Amino acid sequence: MRGLPSAAMLLAVFTGSLALAQGDGRRSGYQDMGPALQKMQDDDTANPAMLFVQAGETLWNEKAGTAGKSCADCHNDAIVSMKGVAARYPAVAGETGKPVDLEGRINLCRATYQQAPALAPESDDLLALSTYVALQSRGQPVAPPNDLQLAALRAKGAGIYRQRQGQLNLSCANCHDDNPEKKLAGATIPQGHPTGYPIYRLEWQTLGSLKRRLRNCVVGLRAEPWPYDADEYLALESYLMERARGMAMDAPAVRP
Amino acid sequence: MTPRRPERSEAKSRDLFVHRQKMGPSAALGATVGRRSFLAGAITVVPFAAHATPDALAAAVKEVTGGSPVHEGKVKLDIPPLVENGNAVPLTVKVDSPMTPDDHVKAIHVFNEKNPQPHVFNAWLSPANGRALVSTRIKLADSQKVVAIAETSTGEFWSAHTDVIVTIAACVEDVT
Amino acid sequence: MANVLVSAPKTAKKGQVVEIKALIMHVMETGFRPGTNGRIIPRNIIQDFSATWNGREIFRMKMSPAIAANPFVSFSAVASESGTIAFRWSGDEGFLAEHQVAITVT
Repeated sequence: MRGLPSAAMLLAVFTGSLALAQGDGRRSGYQDMGPALQKMQDDDTANPAMLFVQAGETLWNEKAGTAGKSCADCHNDAIVSMKGVAARYPAVAGETGKPVDLEGRINLCRATYQQAPALAPESDDLLALSTYVALQSRGQPVAPPNDLQLAALRAKGAGIYRQRQGQLNLSCANCHDDNPEKKLAGATIPQGHPTGYPIYRLEWQTLGSLKRRLRNCVVGLRAEPWPYDADEYLALESYLMERARGMAMDAPAVRP
Repeated sequence: MTPRRPERSEAKSRDLFVHRQKMGPSAALGATVGRRSFLAGAITVVPFAAHATPDALAAAVKEVTGGSPVHEGKVKLDIPPLVENGNAVPLTVKVDSPMTPDDHVKAIHVFNEKNPQPHVFNAWLSPANGRALVSTRIKLADSQKVVAIAETSTGEFWSAHTDVIVTIAACVEDVT
Repeated sequence: MANVLVSAPKTAKKGQVVEIKALIMHVMETGFRPGTNGRIIPRNIIQDFSATWNGREIFRMKMSPAIAANPFVSFSAVASESGTIAFRWSGDEGFLAEHQVAITVT
């Protein structure tokens, strides 16, 4: 299959994550999984997320919208043009001057250049495309762009991250900063770095975005999740990517 | 209502993050559940209908063996002893067999003890496989015993079993 | 066309034991889960999976609701002759998927 890094790069990702963890104390969720799940993620012929990558590759080359263009018509081979892209999102879109995450960027492209309707949030097609693009950042360091608008967004995200919410009155920081590697009802609390997204989550029995995971957390706190197009997700995602700056991307990951 | 605490990022949350014994099934839909039991992870959507029981497991095994004796051995059941999520548990069954026309594994049957039904899968093999080996991913509803039985061309039944501890995700995703 | 990912070597030596992996996208709804309205979501699983080498069956599996979603199966086969390895999945609601790969055996 095209668009797949070599075994050497896979090894580099693993050892890269390990090195980073030992260096500055940050750990990817990959390191909190047992060897069986790590093996599931590492094997491109067994990782269920690769089914979405395959679908994404097909969509990448498919003409869409009234403009009758495919992603490939502008971006050619994703292996080249999309390398490192997912590691730089959320970013400010040139067309609107506003920050977008990767899924938002894909829909912006569809609307602007393909004249195609937006893909619904968490739809198979949108996930397939964002997974295919995210794969091209495998092994790349998380590198959020330096931009004043994004800095403001990150500060907002940092505030939300530390804000207690919901019936359980907990903030993200309470679990992921104060108690990582400890158990919450038998499940290991990860540090919460978004290096693997979109992930095949065993709990969902399918692949999903970072936004879905954030909603999942918020509902878990027994708080009302913000609507899908809310600014809060973008702010949190921006903050989390900044928090993970320099860590190796391992998308599309498998997580429990 | 819990009184609001000062918003200090270094404030430690209360000592709720300890490993707890898995509690019995709690209603995940619409019931009022206390905060502690949520954190205890008692969010198991256990169907109120029948569970597989050790008897159902024995009956399912008998269906396959026809009552013939089952010997422990030759079968290696590779499954993680501690599972992060019961929705997809990697499992490999290997059987020590020459896989020749005279002596090979005809079938591998895997059963479970506590899912709603006792079967996991049946696989049929022949000398064309070269090795008696099947890998797949299974669902386990709870911590339980998994049993693998190999049926040989000489009419023998060999088995292995493992006890697996299944942990679950702590927070429920309300899929509405 | 179902979303299928099969991994098998393209070439092999005669008599070599090769590893074959097959992954398919399927919800594998067990028939035991209640939906949001409290009613049980009906069962929808793949029940049968089989593989043939030039038409001869080399592997067959009966899946139960205990097989995980997006079922993955791995088994081995003796490389006998060049030709086609064909895969077939069938199940509830008339589900049917087929896939083939070519292999050269020297």
